[in-house]
Amino acid sequence: MGHGPAGRVTGPTAIGFTGQFSLDDRRLFGPLRVTVPAGGWTCLLGPSGVGKSTVVRLILGLPTAGVFTGTIRAADGASLAGRIGYMAQSDLLLPWLTVRENTVLGARLRAETPDVAAAERLLDRVGLARHADKKPAALSGGMRQRAALARTLMENRPIVLLDEPFSSLDAVTRADMQDLAAEVLIGKTVMLVTHDPAEAVRLGHQILLMSPTGVTGWMPPATDPVRVIDDPATLQAQSALLAELRARP
Amino acid sequence: MTARLHGAGALIVGLALWQGLVWISGAPPFILPSPWRVAEAAYVHHVLIAQHALVTMAEILLGLGLGVVLGVVTAIQLAASRRLQAVLLPILVFTQAVPVFALAPILTLWFGYGMASKIVVVILIIYFPVTSAFFDGLTRVDQRWLDLGTTMAATDAQVMRRIRIPNALPSLGTGLRLAAVYAPMGAVIGEWVGASKGLGYLMLLANGRAKIDLMFASLITLAVLTVLLYRGVGALADRLARM
Repeated sequence: MGHGPAGRVTGPTAIGFTGQFSLDDRRLFGPLRVTVPAGGWTCLLGPSGVGKSTVVRLILGLPTAGVFTGTIRAADGASLAGRIGYMAQSDLLLPWLTVRENTVLGARLRAETPDVAAAERLLDRVGLARHADKKPAALSGGMRQRAALARTLMENRPIVLLDEPFSSLDAVTRADMQDLAAEVLIGKTVMLVTHDPAEAVRLGHQILLMSPTGVTGWMPPATDPVRVIDDPATLQAQSALLAELRARP
Repeated sequence: MTARLHGAGALIVGLALWQGLVWISGAPPFILPSPWRVAEAAYVHHVLIAQHALVTMAEILLGLGLGVVLGVVTAIQLAASRRLQAVLLPILVFTQAVPVFALAPILTLWFGYGMASKIVVVILIIYFPVTSAFFDGLTRVDQRWLDLGTTMAATDAQVMRRIRIPNALPSLGTGLRLAAVYAPMGAVIGEWVGASKGLGYLMLLANGRAKIDLMFASLITLAVLTVLLYRGVGALADRLARM
């Protein structure tokens, strides 16, 4: 654990989420108890509309349409504010800015001087060094998500929430992005919301299945992520997880 | 090239229809002059027309510049403050129920017969379309971008500068195009109410002396200036939309 320039705690920490959420006086989910362990990947699966993205918004401190009663805490006791990075299904790149300018958006939005050299290094790391001066419209879907990943990394937050960031990509690009994300986010506390059992089995240190009544853990393969796609144990776990999801009401 | 051919074709058809109407109606030149007579009047009086056109153009450009600045500043302030929106928006909409044409005599009384009263009329006539179009663009922003800004601990001022304003530039372009069409109208209304210079004044003067060919020549000059202004502003609006 260390301290950032502003003196804030920068080390990865576990997150504890306990509570329930209601929409128009109807309970959407909960009571829910989720623990996201420090420094690893937690994959949250569940049917559409169960409230996975709401969990992400609540942890991020973003406004929601309903009422949440409960607590969201970092295990180290420090505030979560300013410690969480976020990446969504849509790349959310600003179309009028270049890839480089999008990468340093956070600093610009805080009226800070951006570290352009660091941005260049990150763009190189995600394979976009040659495209730094292009506008998002000139990039493919995979390249745009890599630019969004660089923007998330540029924030250098110890906790990163990923809300289906790879779901709109083709299978090959998705596998590449999973490898890249696992590599660059190593050591951070990551929570990935996904629909895809294969993605959860590849990346998760912990896999959680969410339903309106609660969350249950599902044992991932004994190997460490990122797991080999065609490893028999990985494939078997994928099938078993898919069967488990299909068997649920 | 094709567009230019089409334009030239439309001009020839328009002139032919005009000339045809003159022949068929048998109207005397002081009621409906032929295109040729109007062209002749434009040639003979070109210095006079140019002098008055310069005055009108100056009124239009000054009014347009000031009106756009006022509109842009108002829209940003409105978008930045919900309280201001609640107070000022209904007032702004209400003022649109008062026709500027009806205000022009009072404005002439307050600001005199010189350029100032015309500039104020232009400002009043373009202020609302510019404000309304830009405000619409500033508030119609993808909520997910704002959420991303929140997760990055963005300040309101920077969200305005980096997200809302760039996002609203195409809408501002739409407002500017409208302003370019309305501004000449405003200047001429101001000149009709009371002036000693400008194309509006020249038109009234020519009309009063039954010099309908000069009136037509002035009118066409105003129309050409308006089209040129619209095209210039349109090019600027396109650049804003691409930024």
